[in-house]
Amino acid sequence: MGVGIEVTNLNAWYGTNHTLQDIDLNIPANHATALIGPSGCGKSTFVRCLNRMHETNPIARVTGTVLIGGLDIYADAKPVEIRRRVGMVFQRPNPFPTMSIYDNVAAGLKLNGYTNRHTLDEIVEKSLKNSALWEEVKDDLKKKSGASLSGGQQQRLCIARALAVDPEVLLMDEPASALDPVSTSKIEDLIFQLKSQYTIVIVTHNMQQAARVAEKTGFFLNGRMVEFDSTHKIFTNPSDKRTEDYITGRFG
Amino acid sequence: MTRIRFQQSLEELKEQLLVMAGLAEQSIQRAIEAYRVRDLSICDLVSRSELTINRLEREIDQAALDLLAMEQPMAVDLRFILSVIKINADLERVGDAAKGISDRVRNMEQMAQAELPVDIPRMAELAAQMVRKSLQAFIEGDAELARSILSMDDAVDAMNRAAYKALTKVMENESHLAPQALNALMISRALERVADHATNIAEDVIFWIQGDDVRHHKSLKNPPEPPAAA
Repeated sequence: MGVGIEVTNLNAWYGTNHTLQDIDLNIPANHATALIGPSGCGKSTFVRCLNRMHETNPIARVTGTVLIGGLDIYADAKPVEIRRRVGMVFQRPNPFPTMSIYDNVAAGLKLNGYTNRHTLDEIVEKSLKNSALWEEVKDDLKKKSGASLSGGQQQRLCIARALAVDPEVLLMDEPASALDPVSTSKIEDLIFQLKSQYTIVIVTHNMQQAARVAEKTGFFLNGRMVEFDSTHKIFTNPSDKRTEDYITGRFG
Repeated sequence: MTRIRFQQSLEELKEQLLVMAGLAEQSIQRAIEAYRVRDLSICDLVSRSELTINRLEREIDQAALDLLAMEQPMAVDLRFILSVIKINADLERVGDAAKGISDRVRNMEQMAQAELPVDIPRMAELAAQMVRKSLQAFIEGDAELARSILSMDDAVDAMNRAAYKALTKVMENESHLAPQALNALMISRALERVADHATNIAEDVIFWIQGDDVRHHKSLKNPPEPPAAA
C-alpha cells in the first residue's frame, strides 16, 4: 500500500544555485499528485529529493525534512533502502538494453537478494500484469530484449521494473512526454489503476494529463511551491494569479 | 504573453457575442415599442432580427466549440468560454421572447383597443434595463455589477404575478376583453422570462470572473421538505 509523504522546509541547491526554497507539502497516500510548472522551476529537483537521488550529484545539497510513511529519509534510512521503497520512472524509457524482458523486471529483485526461481517468476508476472504489459509480452519474456519493445511498451516495462521491488511510492518524471497519444493514454490508464496501491507523484508539462490523472496538483515557480490544491480547483479556479497565468498560457 | 492567437480568438468570440447581445437587446426594445404604438412594421423588424440571432447563436457555439477542442482552455479562459456558450443560449431566448411579444402585438392589432390594468411598458423597461446591465457587466467583466442585477429579478417577478392576478380578473368579469387580456398576460410572461435570462447572464458573468456558482442560491439555501415516506 502507498504511504503519505510529509515535506517540511525543504531546500535544495546545485552548487550556489538555490533550486528549491522552503517547500512545505503533504502528499496524500494512495493518490496521484501532479507537479506542474515551467522548465527549471524545481519540480524535477523536488521529486529527486523524495528518493535521495538529488544528492547523487556531487555539487548538490539538501536541507529540511522528508517523511515517507513516517520515516525520515534523510535521518533514519540509507539511500538504497529509500530507492527500493520509492520507485522512479523517467521521461525516456531506460530498459537495460542487453537484458531480456524478464531480466529487466527481475533485475531489482536480484539486487535485493531474490534467487528463488519460482518467486522471481511470480513477481515478474505480477509486475508485468500491474503495468498492463503482460498480455503483450508473455510469450517472449526471455526471447526478446527490453530494447526490442516499442517506446510505450518500454515505458511500461520500466514501470514493471519499478513495481517489482514492491515500492510504496512511485515517482514519475514526465513519463509520457516521449510517447505517442495511444501509448500516453495507456500510461495514464495505468496511473489511474496503480494509485489505489501506490502513492504516485507525477511531474508533467502536459496540464491536461495532470487534470486527467491526479487528484492533487502543485504549481512550482522559481523554486517555490506557489499553490497546492485539488486538481479541480487548480484547473478551474486557482487561488493564485501566477498559477492562473501559467495554466492559461499567459506566461511559461 | 504566450498563446497570443488564442487570446485573440477569445476577444473575437467576445465581440461576436456582443453583436448578438446588441441585436437581442434591440429586439426586445422594438417589440415593446411595437406594443406601445401598435406598429406592425416594427414587428417585421423583430422577426427579421430573430433569424439573424438564430444564425449568430450557431456561429458562436461553433466558435466556442472549436476553441474548447483546439485550445483546451483552463481556469478563467475555460470559465469564459462556458459562460459565452450559456449567455449565447440566453440571448437567443431573449430574441425568441421578443418575437413572441411581437406575435402577440400582431394578434392584438386585429382586436378592439382595450384599457387593461397592467403596465407593460414599465415592466418592459425594468426587464430591458436588466438585460442592458447584465451585458454591461459582461463587457466590463464586472462581477459586482452582475450581482446587483440578481435582486432586480424579484421586482419583475412581482409585477408578473400582479399582472396575472389583474388580467385573470378581467377575463372572469369582462369576458369580451378576454382575448386582449390573454395576449397581455402572455406578453407579461415573456417579459418575466427576459428578466430571468438577464439574471442567468449576470450569474454567468459572476462565474466567469470569480468562479463562483450563484445559481439557484435561494432554492438551494432553503430546499423544499422531501416528500414523506409512504
